[in-house]
Amino acid sequence: MRIRVVGLGARLVILLTFAVFFVAPVLWLLLAPTKSDKALITNSPFSFGDFHHVALAWKHLDAFSSHIFRRWIGNTLFYALSATAITLVAGVPAGYGLAIGRFPGRRLVLSMTLVVMIVPAAALVLPIFLELNAVHLIGSSLSVILPFSFFPFGVYLAYLYYATALPPSLLDAARVDGCGELQTFLRVALPLAKPIVALVFFFSFVADWNNFFLPYVVLADSNQYPITVGLWDLLSATPSFNPSVGGGGQSVNIFKPELALATLIAVVPVAIVFLFSQRALVRGLVGGAVKE
Amino acid sequence: MASSVLTSEYAGATRKRGPRALQGLPFVLPYLPLLIVFGIAPTIYALDLAFTDVGGGWVGFHNFVRTYDDFRFIPAFKHVLAYTSVWLGALMVFVVGLALLLHGRANRVSATFRFLFYMPGALAGSAAVLVWLFMLDPSVSPGSFLLHHVLGADIFAQSIAPGNLPFIFAMIAFWTGAGGWIVVMYGALNTIPHDLEEAARIDGAGPIAIALRLKLPLIRKWIAYMVILSFATGTQLFVEPQIVQTASFGLVPDTWSANQLAYQLAFRYADFNGAAAIAVDLLVIGLAAAVLIVTRGGLFRAED
Repeated sequence: MRIRVVGLGARLVILLTFAVFFVAPVLWLLLAPTKSDKALITNSPFSFGDFHHVALAWKHLDAFSSHIFRRWIGNTLFYALSATAITLVAGVPAGYGLAIGRFPGRRLVLSMTLVVMIVPAAALVLPIFLELNAVHLIGSSLSVILPFSFFPFGVYLAYLYYATALPPSLLDAARVDGCGELQTFLRVALPLAKPIVALVFFFSFVADWNNFFLPYVVLADSNQYPITVGLWDLLSATPSFNPSVGGGGQSVNIFKPELALATLIAVVPVAIVFLFSQRALVRGLVGGAVKE
Repeated sequence: MASSVLTSEYAGATRKRGPRALQGLPFVLPYLPLLIVFGIAPTIYALDLAFTDVGGGWVGFHNFVRTYDDFRFIPAFKHVLAYTSVWLGALMVFVVGLALLLHGRANRVSATFRFLFYMPGALAGSAAVLVWLFMLDPSVSPGSFLLHHVLGADIFAQSIAPGNLPFIFAMIAFWTGAGGWIVVMYGALNTIPHDLEEAARIDGAGPIAIALRLKLPLIRKWIAYMVILSFATGTQLFVEPQIVQTASFGLVPDTWSANQLAYQLAFRYADFNGAAAIAVDLLVIGLAAAVLIVTRGGLFRAED
């Protein structure tokens, strides 16, 4: 009995230690914009300042480079939403076609999709850059949106769903009723796959929103940056970590509270998606690869 | 799942009879250009650049040898390897350990912890690196006593001393990604039949023996998947060192990781052939891992 109690206690201590490791930085980030740069150093790390400082930090952040922060958020929304739209329009039907089809080359397309899906996205960024550079697409918003819209994981999720969960008799019934191939898809297969469409939307949107490497490489004008690269730009303008940036920070008023607020705002959309779709995301994470 | 096997066999039988040899193809057509232009063509073009010179003439492995001889090449790959080893070690020990600890807990307690572990995943990318810059700055960090006692750091520059970087990057990657893997492992543990666990318990196995001798071997496939995938991802490291370098007074070289070196060759020196050679090195690692997982893992379904 005593051994069991000790074991239980040890388990709980380990779990709580890791919970602190995962949660404390998030908590700190939530509280940081409520304090002044000086109070961040002098006050307790988890103390709450006041909302006046949040407003002040926003004022400084918004004034940076004539409202460029708003632009970054707008750019990110534009890139992620357009790319996700193309992903859905091209990817979900592709998964369907691969699941019901028997055309030559089907296995090849499927295997390639699987391989590219597992190859880390970062491995393809420089090759994509070199390719876009050769066709002079660098610096255009298309050079971000088009590569983003190639999302093999979405195709695979749709394929998996249609190959395992869609009864073929349903499609045959639709065909007997006189539906063409397109109508069968639009009226029968697509409405059935609503949960998958939602899943692909979330995964694609989150992946696009968080991507740093590709836009960092293919965009040159800071007016075109998404928020991930914007955060880096902000960091390179502040002396908060690197005093050699010099007077820049004084004139742009970007210090730690402003950086923390910018980071917080940058993750809000993804955090919302996480909170509201945690179950679906988790199911996709597990189900996306479970064959049994 | 027997029913889905039956229905798909039935589907195959009806389709073979029909004249619909190209059925399904039109639905794949809009996706094909994306697959070709952003999946296959970049790979082929990178290969083409890697084996040619500026004028487009064939040079064999010259670019690979040339970049290998670059004084920054070996350090960059060493850094990446050190980082990846630390990260994989942490994933194997802590992700599997935590998943086993959570499995078999009261459901609500377990769900709460899984959510807490998973939450930082929302901050992937540059946001996570910024958060950790704060955490590593002893003047504002809530963990300043840890920085002082573990890293011996009293100012930010000491926290990001070169020897610490593989551990720091591994910690950031672990912080954002471990929760997702814990959820995956937990899901895999849930597929273990209850009877099996019950039988082991009746045979007198304690919770630790059940975890290590029964559960662990049964999720081996998933652990292997996590390790291979993370190894491939780890070698591609770019965002973390690139951002830390920006904040580092030039302490951290801008060619710390292999991908950064390739980036610098392309951008600073306009050496696209050299950049392509390193990109191909990295791509080969990623492809090898992907092919290994797809052909050996049995986790993904690519046939009927």
